[in-house]
Amino acid sequence: MDADKVFKALADPTRRSLLDQLHRENGQTLSALCAHMDMTRQAVTQHLHLLEEANLVAVVWQGREKLHYLNPVPLHEIYERWIEKFERSRLGALRDLKKRLESDDHGKT
Amino acid sequence: MTMEKPDYVYVTYIATTPEKLWRALLDIESMREWWVDPQAGCARVNVSDWKPGSVWEHRRVTDDATVDIVGKVVENSPPRRLAYTWSRPADAADESKHSRVAFDIEPYGDKLVRLTVTHDDLERDPAMLNSVSGGWPKILSNLKTFLETGHSLPHTPAAA
Repeated sequence: MDADKVFKALADPTRRSLLDQLHRENGQTLSALCAHMDMTRQAVTQHLHLLEEANLVAVVWQGREKLHYLNPVPLHEIYERWIEKFERSRLGALRDLKKRLESDDHGKT
Repeated sequence: MTMEKPDYVYVTYIATTPEKLWRALLDIESMREWWVDPQAGCARVNVSDWKPGSVWEHRRVTDDATVDIVGKVVENSPPRRLAYTWSRPADAADESKHSRVAFDIEPYGDKLVRLTVTHDDLERDPAMLNSVSGGWPKILSNLKTFLETGHSLPHTPAAA
């Protein structure tokens, strides 16, 4: 939703590690996530909150358990905006170069 | 919401109204603009009368209209919740292999709609789990672009 929030959320090794943990096993509770982190529960809660704000983590309540899910949709939007777009223009430049070279050849021979 | 633990939860915020989003989810002319399969490179549409209990089919927008996925409509509560089962055509009769998809639509502030897609029970078919996990972000990103810009996507196939 907000690219700044996504980039800020990703600019921290702890938060990236939390995303990696959810990639390994989706839908974890806070306690399960804390078991792998060398920090206080409050600190993990704050990191998760920033990830939620950036829409990188989606929360589902199951009874009294709060389950955290990796939401890759904003990552995909970044991929389309910041990676795929540039790949596309490079492929286009190659295609133009090929066309130009091929038409040059035709001109000379 | 389901009582079982979902396998995947996808959330996207779209600058639209619940009614427009609902229409985009069910209308075939809209779907062929945004439900573009990243691997097959062709659009797919979901065809049904959308009554609870009815069959729906996920068809390619190609001359042979190949059906890749079938299921039954579980819930149709416009413009809030659409839920259906999901299976390979070969497993249509074997409910133990079906997974479940739900679209939940909520207004978010004045201008946005929050769309949550959950896919449950995929562990019944591990190959399906792998094949759908990468596809939803692309599909949802297309849907968002379609609703926010009204433009069809650059990779909409000529065959459509």
